[in-house]
Amino acid sequence: MSADSTDRHPLFMPLVVLGGLIQGFGLAYSGMARPEVVLDFLQFDDFGLVFVMGGAAVVSGITFFAATRFLDRAPLTGDTYGRRVKSMDRNVAVGGVVFGVGWGVSGICPGAAYASVGIGNLPILWAIAGMFLGAYAQGYWRSRRASVSGEAVTTGD
Amino acid sequence: MNGLALQLAAELFPRGVTQYLVGGVMVAAGIAVIYLGTAIIPGNSTFLETTLSYVSNLSRLNQPRFVASRDWRVVFALSIVAGAAVWGLLLDPGVFTTQVQPWRLFGGGILVGIGTRIGKGCTAGHGVCGLGSASRTSLVNVVLFVGVAIVTAAVVAALGVTP
Repeated sequence: MSADSTDRHPLFMPLVVLGGLIQGFGLAYSGMARPEVVLDFLQFDDFGLVFVMGGAAVVSGITFFAATRFLDRAPLTGDTYGRRVKSMDRNVAVGGVVFGVGWGVSGICPGAAYASVGIGNLPILWAIAGMFLGAYAQGYWRSRRASVSGEAVTTGD
Repeated sequence: MNGLALQLAAELFPRGVTQYLVGGVMVAAGIAVIYLGTAIIPGNSTFLETTLSYVSNLSRLNQPRFVASRDWRVVFALSIVAGAAVWGLLLDPGVFTTQVQPWRLFGGGILVGIGTRIGKGCTAGHGVCGLGSASRTSLVNVVLFVGVAIVTAAVVAALGVTP
């Protein structure tokens, strides 16, 4: 990635800020920043979340399709456009299951948790603290165990 | 739409669908803005790992690609907080406080932290960007986490845990 801190375009950070503002606004607007709304979906009381993920996936799908097909290089980094395709391995399944238990218990996922702070929801700091602790535990375990499970390089998720 | 369909829609979507659809489109629009400018596909859970590299020397957390992206990921996460705050100020004055119990948030959060890092992504990375990329890997991950979450929420509710 050519987006490291040494040699960045002056508009790089402002663009990240703009994208974050739009996404944060959308997460709050959609109700996903409220664990209750997510739990209502998981308990079949309100299927609205299908429209959040569906609407978002369709828009990102159109964006990825158009960029990879019609655009050359990104103006701020000079990088070529790609799609988000990770390698398939056991970790994808194991991680999905563990994440699913966590999502079902708490009703919150990372992006929605950050947005939840923005709507003044102080108890959500418990969830964010837990996420950092979980990420640290996983990092600790991975550092101790030099793995050869063929983990793909991720550029961002 | 006839009366029955309207009734069904009201049953399935008691809050309507507008806020969900508009919110979802905006979530993707935020990603698209960054992607079109930089070719970076920004997810939300990698922030956890990269930010830990500021305070931890663990080799796993200090991979070059993490250190390279950690500063903008912090900016991105803080901007998400700010964007939600703007929504609150403009459209929903007042403070929201969840009634979901702290132990659920904390315990669930730990599992979310572990699971998203093992599984290479979260609702944004796999659910939005991965599905939008027609990635089979992401489809497997999403089907599993949504399915398992539904079962988990049902079990928690059956145990009489509210809120």
